[in-house]
Amino acid sequence: MANSFRIRVNGRAHVVQAEPDTPLLYVLTNDLALKGPRFGCGLAQCGSCSVLIDGAERRSCVTPVSAAEEGEITTLEGLPAWFAAKRGLAAAPALHPVQQAMLDEQAPQCGYCYNGMIVKAAELLEQNADPSDAEIRAAMNGHLCRCGTYPRIVAAIRRAARALRAGGEPE
Amino acid sequence: MSAHGDALGPIGRRAFLKAGGALVVGFGLGAAPSWVRAQSAARGESAGPPDPELIDTWLAIHADNTATLYVGYVELGQGTTTALPQIAAEELDLALEQIATAQHDTHVTPNQGGTYSSASIARGGPQVRRAAAEARRALLELAAERLGAPVERLRVKNGVVTVDGTGGSVTYGELVGGRLFTVPFTGNAPVKSPSEYKLVGGRAERKDLPAKVAGTYTYIQHVRLPGMLHGRVVRPRGQRAYGAGARIVRVDPSSIAHIAGARVVRKGDFLGVVAPSEWDAIRAARELDVAWDETPTLPPFERLHETMRADETDDTVVLERGAVGDALESAAHRVTFATRCPYQAHATFAPNCALADVKADSALVIAPTQDAYGARRTLAPLLGLPEDKVRVQYCESSGTFGHSCYDDVAQAAALMSQLAGAPVRVQFMRADEHGWDPYGPAHVGEVEVAADATGKIVAYEYHGWHHNWSLIEPSQQLAEGTAPEEWPFLVSQQVSPQNCGAMYAIDNLRLVNHRLRTAKYLRCAWLRSPLDLSLSFTSEQAIDMLAHRLGEDPYEFRRRNIADERWLGVLDAAARAARWSPRPAGGARESGPLVRGRGIGLGTHLASWGGAVAEIEVNRDTGHVRVAHLYGAIDAGLVVNPAIVEAQIMGQLVQTASRMLFEEVTFDEHGVTSLDWSHYRVIRFEECPEITPVIVQRTNQPYSGAGEEVMAAAAAAIANAFFDATGVRMTEYPFTPERVRAALAAA
Repeated sequence: MANSFRIRVNGRAHVVQAEPDTPLLYVLTNDLALKGPRFGCGLAQCGSCSVLIDGAERRSCVTPVSAAEEGEITTLEGLPAWFAAKRGLAAAPALHPVQQAMLDEQAPQCGYCYNGMIVKAAELLEQNADPSDAEIRAAMNGHLCRCGTYPRIVAAIRRAARALRAGGEPE
Repeated sequence: MSAHGDALGPIGRRAFLKAGGALVVGFGLGAAPSWVRAQSAARGESAGPPDPELIDTWLAIHADNTATLYVGYVELGQGTTTALPQIAAEELDLALEQIATAQHDTHVTPNQGGTYSSASIARGGPQVRRAAAEARRALLELAAERLGAPVERLRVKNGVVTVDGTGGSVTYGELVGGRLFTVPFTGNAPVKSPSEYKLVGGRAERKDLPAKVAGTYTYIQHVRLPGMLHGRVVRPRGQRAYGAGARIVRVDPSSIAHIAGARVVRKGDFLGVVAPSEWDAIRAARELDVAWDETPTLPPFERLHETMRADETDDTVVLERGAVGDALESAAHRVTFATRCPYQAHATFAPNCALADVKADSALVIAPTQDAYGARRTLAPLLGLPEDKVRVQYCESSGTFGHSCYDDVAQAAALMSQLAGAPVRVQFMRADEHGWDPYGPAHVGEVEVAADATGKIVAYEYHGWHHNWSLIEPSQQLAEGTAPEEWPFLVSQQVSPQNCGAMYAIDNLRLVNHRLRTAKYLRCAWLRSPLDLSLSFTSEQAIDMLAHRLGEDPYEFRRRNIADERWLGVLDAAARAARWSPRPAGGARESGPLVRGRGIGLGTHLASWGGAVAEIEVNRDTGHVRVAHLYGAIDAGLVVNPAIVEAQIMGQLVQTASRMLFEEVTFDEHGVTSLDWSHYRVIRFEECPEITPVIVQRTNQPYSGAGEEVMAAAAAAIANAFFDATGVRMTEYPFTPERVRAALAAA
């Protein structure tokens, strides 16, 4: 039987009707019409569906909605505001510095995996302001890119990290 | 409803055509935003394709002095919606920001034959350039009349026409904004000379990327239709032999009775479930009790290549010159080499997805197909509708890298919508996509190459065994029991001269294709650079072996056996990028388990020229191979956007490393077993090589493809680097640790 669940997504509360075992992904895409988290494997193998729950990257395709009521969920759409809140900025930028860096590096090809790439990189840079290439690769290793854009993603994360350390916008 | 918002402007374009196309200067489509006009429903009033000899088929000029380009090619992440507008904007003297592309749609855009074989620029580029030149010619004639000055005195910048030496000016938008040209091609509109290019050849940024990083881009997976149901296909986990299809023995709809709203749809052996909620559809597909005929249909996996080599074939001589047999016999140096190459999957990152709304007399299908007109051709008879009553709209999914399951999922959505009597969205699950993909074909290669005492290659013979592509998509085959027909036997399904010796000046050469019967094997279709990796893996290792036999450096040996300047160009460019210093390929020069090597290779896909160098490390104890650095050079004639082509080279090189090291479709006699990312491994961040892309820009040559033309070269370079590192030749790929340990132990 469908139950009511109260979840907080990108700073707003939502009440949704779902079976308790419904993966959060389907609630986000179908009930909330979000475009960030997206289906890739349903097996937590690729990172396409990643969201932040209380700042930690989680695979929404295997996270039951019933287990997501406690946390603060942030999707790709909410990353700029989440970043602004973390850094105490008065207003959210148009793009999270990682998003801006991905654009500056012209990194995506099809771009489908970039939801997970950006969400994971945003998590990484909150934990490690100056990651080495090896640390970036290790942190990102659970995210697949079939177009083969890994080198530009690494470059973009380096670029975003530099920008954040400089305290300004990405160069 | 459509994926792209079929909002109708106050007056459609076709209405103007019907009105006789009288020019009313300054009339526009009101305040509708340009994307609405770009998708003007008037264009969608009747089935295409529109007449390719009319300017309006290709281009619309809007009142705000922007333009929409209508092309039959699709954005797959490869930059088509940036590079084709670059070509059009160049001829029209528009800024790139002033021109957008409409989505491919059989009611709207021309039929350019599908986004295959790196054709968007090679084949589509000249068409777009010609159409834009015709439009410019027509616009300048209108401007001349309007400004009272001869065409020769007019200048254009950013769509503003001015008269030399006077203050008169008029914009394209003022001349025809919002109306049709109604002008057929003259056939003599002048095109710019490459020396005049300002936009073409420049590194314009991709138009689709801002929305893609912001998370606002609409992929097919995001599209919803009012009142739609969610559908899932129900099939055996993993395809069987193409000719066997799959047969339902028993299905029990009551097994999903506990899932409210879920129901079974079936036509023949085509089986699916639909439900209002997506999670219910997924659960119903999982929990439906169905028994399939489990008769074994596939050859034993371990004996695949032996089976292929011994099987019945149709043989054709692809190319023959000189007297190969005699030349091989009498040559001073002769090598033979045989390889066994795997089936590999498109493994699209997002499983394919499609939506369909099938009514009694018409159908709308929205799908990530590379060829909307081709999809329409098979959908119409499947639905029992005339072709002009079926509308197929493109919407992007993840990168597909050739003919993946997109037409299959389109058929599945159409069938389910027809059966359910409601719009249906079908999302393939990971196992559907991995298991029912039309794979890149397995291959057995045997090559013999000989050189005279001076090191000149004098004879070359290649025999290749593989089967043709499967023509019938699974949905149709299961629903209708359609015979397992094969694709027409085209050049990309054959041993290709471009990868098998023809880059060298060899007097005696013979290429033989041994075509197996597709029905006994797995489904196959175009997988980015189809067959090429296997051909060059075989052929270019043999060339390396000959160089080694002669004690020569493999780059210099190739160099002096090539006469064609374009092959020499990419070979030199790759070697130069890698700072290649001559020495014979060697065998381990290092002690300890970790050995390093470098290799070079040539190859392409049908057109263009590719050269690559690989630097790799092999752990002789564990069998692990790491590709450290790949350098890839492409000569694709005039490169419209070097930044996009560099990105394409990067993607090709990373994917080639993945295919050489990790990727292999596995199966047992019942079906395919590599059904997810842990059983079909692809390259990851920590395994990704450093990449150096190199473009050999030739502004005086026609565009040729750049989306798949350096993979064959890179595959060969990796294999040759393995020999340089270890002194052992790999005869099979992917280079899994088990396979590498076995090869080293046997040496």
